[in-house]
Amino acid sequence: MKSNFKVFLKGIIDVSPLMIPVVPFGLIFGVLAIDIGFTPIETMVMSLIIFGGASQIVLLQLFSGGASSLVIISSVGAVNSRHLLYGAVVSEHLSDLKLIWKIIISYFLIDQAFAISNEYLKKNKDNNRYFHLVGGGATCWVIWQSTTFLGIILGAAIPEKLGLSFAVPLTFLALLVNDFRKFINVIVIIISGLVATFGYNYIPFKAYVIVAALAGLFTAMILTTKNKKA
Amino acid sequence: MSNWALILYCGLITYLTRFSMIALIKKEMFNDRIREILSFVPSAIFPAIIFPAIFINDKGLFEIDDNPKILAAIIAMVIGIFSRSIIATIFSGLASYWFLIFVV
Repeated sequence: MKSNFKVFLKGIIDVSPLMIPVVPFGLIFGVLAIDIGFTPIETMVMSLIIFGGASQIVLLQLFSGGASSLVIISSVGAVNSRHLLYGAVVSEHLSDLKLIWKIIISYFLIDQAFAISNEYLKKNKDNNRYFHLVGGGATCWVIWQSTTFLGIILGAAIPEKLGLSFAVPLTFLALLVNDFRKFINVIVIIISGLVATFGYNYIPFKAYVIVAALAGLFTAMILTTKNKKA
Repeated sequence: MSNWALILYCGLITYLTRFSMIALIKKEMFNDRIREILSFVPSAIFPAIIFPAIFINDKGLFEIDDNPKILAAIIAMVIGIFSRSIIATIFSGLASYWFLIFVV
């Protein structure tokens, strides 16, 4: 069995290539938060408490559009619902852990760390294999906090004319690059996008994110059923 | 609600979805059908952020003429489909947007 530290180190090394896209994401978040009017301290605390790129950018987007707190919180919840999918996969590897470790690991369980550690957890049966996940998660944490900090500093220096808020749709677009190749996903993307765009001014409480997401999921449900029968 | 409370609640809900996945959710709770549908969550939710940010302007109005964001987003999407790179997608989109507003 490898030492805890070696497994932790392996997690750091494995997750490193996935950290490259996190850098612009963190910078953009820091710059935009300042632009929208959050204080530097609020921005930094957001990254420390929430520690989730998609969640934090959805928060900014809806906040700047004047959505109510309740809508913002439930939209953040909806964005996070994709995590439930990972749960089914990763929980079986962590079921023997003490509750305190589950509480700690939950904070670090983000997309990138999950993606690499899931592979490692499948192949290794050592009792300390979860240190891999902690290593990956801690790496993401350091990158996310430092790029947020840099973004806060840059935010004051970047002119509004650059239109950096356009980086928000671009970062989400970038997260979908693999889905553009799949037919059903493309239909779901179009439906959700249209519902959100045309419902933007008509769906009450700026709940358009949730309504569009439900419309998209419903479409996926119908299309995947038809596929099986055919 | 103050900004601080908002940040705290958003953090709490994010943490709880992560915690519930390792502490509460068991593999057998999700059948293949639910998993299949959950796999569409990113495709269902991210466009709800993407589309309005491109097509709706600061005043909340639908804008399709003279909107450089549309072409820039299409270029980014094409680059993304071929490169499969997150960074290439973001930067090609920003670069073409800046080209369209400052040069053209």
